Amino acid sequence: MRAPLSWLREYVELPEGITGRELAAKLIDAGLEVETVERAGADVVGPLVVGEVLTIEELTGFKKPIRLCTVNVADANGTGEPQQIICGATNFAVGDHVVVILPGGELPGGFKIGSRKTYGHLSEGMICSVRELEIGDDHDGILVLPPETAVGTDAVELLGLRDDVLDIAVTPDRGYALSIRGIAREAATVYGLPFRDPADVELPDGSGEAYPASIGDASGCDRFVLREVRGFDPSAETPLRMRVRLFRAGVRPVSLAVDVTNYVMLELGQPLHAFDRAKLTGPIVVRRAAAGERLETLDHVKRKLDAEDLLITDESGPIGLAGTMGGLATEIDEKSSDMVIEAAHFDEVAVARMARRHRLHSEASYRFERGVDRELPLYASARAARMLAELGGAEIVPGVTHAEAPVGPRTIAMSAGHPAKVAGVAYDRDTVVRRLEQVGCAVAGDDELVVTPPSWRPDLGDPNDLAEEVIRLEGYDGIPSRAPRPVAGRGLTADQRLRRRIGRALAGAGYVEVLNFPFTAAKDADDLQLPAGDARRDALRLANPLSEDEPLLRTTLLPGLLKALSRNVGRGFGDAALYETGRVFRPRPDAPKGAPRLPVDRAPSAEDIASIDAALPDQPFRVAVVLSGERAPSGWWGAGEGAIWADAVEAARTVAREAGVELTVKADRHAPWHPGRCAALYAGDTLVGHAGELHPRVVKAFGLPARTCAMELEVRALGEPRDVRAPHVSAYPVATQDVALTVDAAVPAADVASALRDGAGELLESLRLFDVYTGEQVGEGRKSLAYSLRFRASDRTLTAEEASEARDAAVAVAAERTGAVLRGA
Amino acid sequence: MSAPNKSYDPVEVTALQPAELDKARDAALAAIAAASDLDDLKAVRLAHAGDRSPLALANREIGALPPQAKAEAGKRVGAARGAVAQAMKKRQAELEEERDQRVLVEETVDVTLPWDRAPRGARHPLTTLQERMADVFVAMGFEVSEGPEVEAGWFNFDALNFKPDHPARSMQDTFFVESEESDVVMRTHTSPVQIRSLLSRELPVYVVAPGRTFRTDELDATHAPVFHQLEGLAVDEGLTMADLRGAIDAFVTGMFGGGLKTRFRPSYFPFTEPSAEVDMQCFVCHGASAEPGGEPCRTCSSEGWIELGGCGMVNPRVLVACGIDTTRYSGWAFGLGVERTLMFRHGVEDMHDMVEGDVRFTLPFGMEI
Repeated sequence: MRAPLSWLREYVELPEGITGRELAAKLIDAGLEVETVERAGADVVGPLVVGEVLTIEELTGFKKPIRLCTVNVADANGTGEPQQIICGATNFAVGDHVVVILPGGELPGGFKIGSRKTYGHLSEGMICSVRELEIGDDHDGILVLPPETAVGTDAVELLGLRDDVLDIAVTPDRGYALSIRGIAREAATVYGLPFRDPADVELPDGSGEAYPASIGDASGCDRFVLREVRGFDPSAETPLRMRVRLFRAGVRPVSLAVDVTNYVMLELGQPLHAFDRAKLTGPIVVRRAAAGERLETLDHVKRKLDAEDLLITDESGPIGLAGTMGGLATEIDEKSSDMVIEAAHFDEVAVARMARRHRLHSEASYRFERGVDRELPLYASARAARMLAELGGAEIVPGVTHAEAPVGPRTIAMSAGHPAKVAGVAYDRDTVVRRLEQVGCAVAGDDELVVTPPSWRPDLGDPNDLAEEVIRLEGYDGIPSRAPRPVAGRGLTADQRLRRRIGRALAGAGYVEVLNFPFTAAKDADDLQLPAGDARRDALRLANPLSEDEPLLRTTLLPGLLKALSRNVGRGFGDAALYETGRVFRPRPDAPKGAPRLPVDRAPSAEDIASIDAALPDQPFRVAVVLSGERAPSGWWGAGEGAIWADAVEAARTVAREAGVELTVKADRHAPWHPGRCAALYAGDTLVGHAGELHPRVVKAFGLPARTCAMELEVRALGEPRDVRAPHVSAYPVATQDVALTVDAAVPAADVASALRDGAGELLESLRLFDVYTGEQVGEGRKSLAYSLRFRASDRTLTAEEASEARDAAVAVAAERTGAVLRGA
Repeated sequence: MSAPNKSYDPVEVTALQPAELDKARDAALAAIAAASDLDDLKAVRLAHAGDRSPLALANREIGALPPQAKAEAGKRVGAARGAVAQAMKKRQAELEEERDQRVLVEETVDVTLPWDRAPRGARHPLTTLQERMADVFVAMGFEVSEGPEVEAGWFNFDALNFKPDHPARSMQDTFFVESEESDVVMRTHTSPVQIRSLLSRELPVYVVAPGRTFRTDELDATHAPVFHQLEGLAVDEGLTMADLRGAIDAFVTGMFGGGLKTRFRPSYFPFTEPSAEVDMQCFVCHGASAEPGGEPCRTCSSEGWIELGGCGMVNPRVLVACGIDTTRYSGWAFGLGVERTLMFRHGVEDMHDMVEGDVRFTLPFGMEI
């Protein structure tokens, strides 16, 4: 809502020196969010005066029409002599009164005017257009003033050129502030000045009905008022000052009739609609739409109506969407002289739904959705009729049509001490009552107050609403600060700590975290080479995605990470290791179609909550890494190390270790990984995820460097984070035994290691694979695995025999389970 | 070696004669002094202090002496050998020192050579900042509460006093999951966690809820469809706006240091009543940039104040929807933007930097913020 200060001053006598900024600061403190204060015309420097065009000479030989004019500006130029001015516009004639800026003056935007030679003549000043004066956006020609405007008059005053305009972002609860009336009332309150209500309009004389109308659906409309004017002069023009005011308030001036309805709406907050009486057929009825009805609205859109739409109709059918937009067939045009003015009170929800359904948000619907004063229609319609009479020569038809549905009284019981209890500030009863009365409430009672909110504040319904009014007007500044005194907390949960640890561990291992949007596409699943029927293809779809290219919610972290990797590669960082932790969304196969809408007047039962949660997808927390290029770069120290599948597996182990889990690894075939380089990761018997090198087709699809590797696992599958048991640290000497075993090439090293471990028994402290060899010496289809076994006892120095025995036992189990043969044996 | 002979006269054993011993000792000392390196010294040690050296041989002769002569001869030999050993040790130390000097100089490297062999990682500043913000409250005794990102409309709107069809609901620019009728949405704020916390925890409740939120805003320099909030909630007996202000003040002190003022501006949120926007004094210029003639401040755009977020007293209707006795309990809540905080606290100028995953943006932030 844009509110010119001059307009506000009509209803509250603000002290002369108060600027828009000062008022804005006060209004902000009181709860109106003033976003900007535009100081319109502040930089205009005169002389800017009314002039009369005396002569016009059309100059020729130029690319565009140029006029050499003489203009009478009376004494404004100090000499009384006519002023010679070159002008490029042609929409004026000799005798017209225009706005002239004389040399030394400045137009808005710091545009300095001097005497200068142009088109071969001296031009001493400029004849102005509304655009140059910044009071309109019409730049086709210069502004021609009414002939009665006195020559030599200061145009700054005449046009109301200097004005501060407050732009206020009105919160949805304060519909009343979508009007000069509402803002002026707040201004009066914050300055403690009297407020003159613009709705305090004397109603026209005459009894009886105007154009016939009735309310057919009281659930959508509880007051409907019509007034009529006749003999309106369609050629009558909107007064300049009014046009300037509308323009400053952000509304384009159109024609007098339209401008009047807009002006009254801006001033009072009551949306109005004017029908051309000649185009109406029979009585008007406010009702819901019938099946198959259609309406072409003022914006030239033919709309199919919904049974819930609230309509203004006559015998011809729908003639308007109530409180939203009128119909094209009954609109006033450049010939309309008899008009029916509608002012009504429509249901907030009915208008809100209709506006949303038709994607039609107008100044009217915007106000109705936020609540319009139910007491306004009689007065606002009277004010509009009077303006049409005064400015357009219309005659007001006596009488008014007033249909209404009864509305119950609305009172709120509140203890006088409640605002103090909310704010933590002591307010006495008188302060509370005074502030509520300033807001417009009627207050009765002593300690237990009975408060009747004013008709323009439908948002006031609870004691806390009233408390807010008292506190904001007393000033939020007065609220003291009291240090928090929560009960003793238990700190982060094990799960919360684990998620932090995972991030630190991966960052410590050289991975950089990225946070991707969870939006994805079916193509991503294709690019990952996911087979048909893969659970990760079963994704939730957004009804209104930002981009139709990515309408799905991710079921895996990998596409986002791979795209981030690709961006880094594209920017010259081919050696990159990235990680992400976050939720994926997996639809539940048995989920109901939607979540139930529970009541809000009581707590839901455990079953209620369960029924809501059943409609939500599973949202497990996952961690994933991707890496490409060199894991350790080459440099002056020597060659680097390329990122390989084993790095991805190690990333998984890094994560699992934070949860106190040692992963076991098995070979697997699982998209998007390379079928021969894919590790399934297990915590005990639970599959937690996969790691390895990506399938070359996936690498190609995402445009990544060859041999890009990835890991993804589900954190909750690791189980509850376990506490570490401290190991016994033995100070006795170590006995090291190396063994080289040959096995079939297909035997997993992990199996051999686990057999050795089992066979070696308790004395084994650690086991390390230090060499893998394939080649002639071990024969075709075989491989040699060389292990270093470290033995140590906790209570004695091991003898060589004990160590050898343990080693032999280890080899024996390996031989039995994996067919391992001791090399050189 | 001579055979033992009881009638053997020591003075007749040449090697043990003082002059001979002196000669052998002096020869050893001269050789030691002449040794030019450790290898030389090793040869000298063999020749003059080894098993076959004159002094060692002389020592053996002692056993052949009559008992009465042994002591004196032993003393003489011992003195000579001691002198040699001491000289040897000293020369050894000297030569080792010389060698070390030489070798260590030879081993000099260019310590300015770059070393980036170990890959560097980092956590995203939004992650670490969110933790840091939450930790300020955890340190006061608050717990961290969480909720789903895909949320039911009842939790995201209804229970928070967003009435159906109220404009406040459409102001939230909601992503609907599957269909608008499903009433399943991407949560538009972390406030549904208020409801989940109140329904699942014993009163009093003091929690913060950091997390991802979603709105249908196109990505540009200052907006993103996915962003992070930190929600705060306290429900207890006798809580007032003064307690809310105290909590915000404590947060500002914890994050930005002491001495910064805060201010409340009345505002509107369906789930709080009264509601406020809260600003803090700029932690860089302390408001000086907004004074006449003040140096311009980039952090607060010379406003002197920085918007922190929204807050207010929990609307009693919200408490009712959670089954809480509003005659006994009241509460406060706030919501702070993590992206905004990162932008003004660390000078991030474009939201794109936070979402594109460029390693150059994230690496400098390291592990903690």
